[in-house]
Order: sequence, then structure tokens, then C-alpha cells
Amino acid sequence: MAVRIQTEPFDLSAEAAALTAGRTDIGAIVTFTGTVRGSAGGRELSSMTLEHYPGMTEAELARVEAEATARWPLQASLIVHRVGELRPGEPIVLVIAASPHRHAAFEAAAFLMDYLKTRAPFWKKETGVEGTGTWVDARETDDEAARRWSV
Amino acid sequence: MDTARDNTSGNTTITLVYFAWVREKIGRPRDEISIPAGIATVADLIAHLRSQGAEYEAAFSRPELVRAAIDHVHARPDAPLGSAREIAFFPPVTGG
Repeated sequence: MAVRIQTEPFDLSAEAAALTAGRTDIGAIVTFTGTVRGSAGGRELSSMTLEHYPGMTEAELARVEAEATARWPLQASLIVHRVGELRPGEPIVLVIAASPHRHAAFEAAAFLMDYLKTRAPFWKKETGVEGTGTWVDARETDDEAARRWSV
Repeated sequence: MDTARDNTSGNTTITLVYFAWVREKIGRPRDEISIPAGIATVADLIAHLRSQGAEYEAAFSRPELVRAAIDHVHARPDAPLGSAREIAFFPPVTGG
């Protein structure tokens, strides 16, 4: 169980291999990678800049991960989130969930992403090719996605 | 960033931190402020700040768009400030 904030890119294969190295009890590994789209609302983007709240970000991601661990039999999990200026096509976020069986791994990975998107203190600013920066608005659909997990 | 209690006036000094467009509207990333007695909740603090300058009024003109955290934990408008050391104000989060 680990969370990491970094500016540099991550290597999906290396992260998954490191997380599960030497283990024979894991039956399912689900990975999710989020990447920067090159357009938003018909506007072409040159970059996306991610700001975060150091201290709270790590604390909130750890709470989200602890909640997932309490709900599903996870043997390993990892959240890596990048900050700073990113280009279209670059990876932003990585979530890995490992479990004895696939259903728990699929569900836990989806839960981690849904909760991360509504709780972790990150903010995206999109810069168009014309040079104008715009803060991204939160989506109601993300709140709905997170709510489906609460019983 | 220690919380200092001035027993003679009843005032409390805390750190405020701002992110994204809240930070841009206020024009700086943080403040150390003295909170008058009688400011009990996040909503009270926002109302107080709006009377303290045009930059705060700009940031909090639609308080329903601003979220808060008390000592790194999400807090609703009616959350008591208690013995908070750091209060953060920011837009709804957009990570992932």
C-alpha cells in the first residue's frame, strides 16, 4: 500500500513488477493509467498543469487507499499521481490493485480512481495552443461516480 | 505556523493557504491572520475574510464554489474551527 506524488513520468510495467515481485499469492493485477487529452470542449491544448496541496494530498490518498483496503481483500495497491506541467499524451495518474481474484481487483481500482477524483486535492489548468490558461471545472459525473460506492 | 493564543484579546493566529483560482484571486499562496473571537466555523471565517479586502471578496463572492480543509482534512461550511492550525481554501478538486 503506497501513494506517491512526482513530477517525472512513471513506468507502468516497472511499477507493477515492483509491487508484486516475489509474490505467488496474487491472482489478479488491475492497472489504470490516466493520460492528458489533447483537446477539451473543442479547444486544442498545448499543456496541462497540475497543482496540489502538499501534505494533504498524501494524507487524503492514504485515506482513500485505507478505505479500499477495508472494503476489498487487497494484497497490494499503489497510487502514483504526477504534478507540474504535462503535455498531451503524457500519463497523469497510475492506480494498481492486486488481489487473489479479479473482481476485487477491478472494483478496488475503479473505487480508488473515483474517490481520488473527488477527494484528493489536485487542480488542473489547461493551456490552449493560443496560450490562454483555464482552470478545469469539477464534473458532477465524477461526484456521481464516487457516490455509487457509498452504501 | 504554531497556533498562538493571545489570552489578553482572545484572538487566535492561524495560517490560511490557497490553491488554484482561489490563490490567483487572493494574489498570494498564504496568509497568517488573527481571528477575532466569535468566529466559530468555516462559514464564519469566510464571512469575516470578505470584509477584510477586495481580494478576499473576489475569491469568496460565490462561497458555494469554494471548498475548505482544516489541518489537511476536508471540512464543510458548518465545521468548527476548534484549535485549527491551518485552514485551506480551494475550488472543487479536479485530479485524476
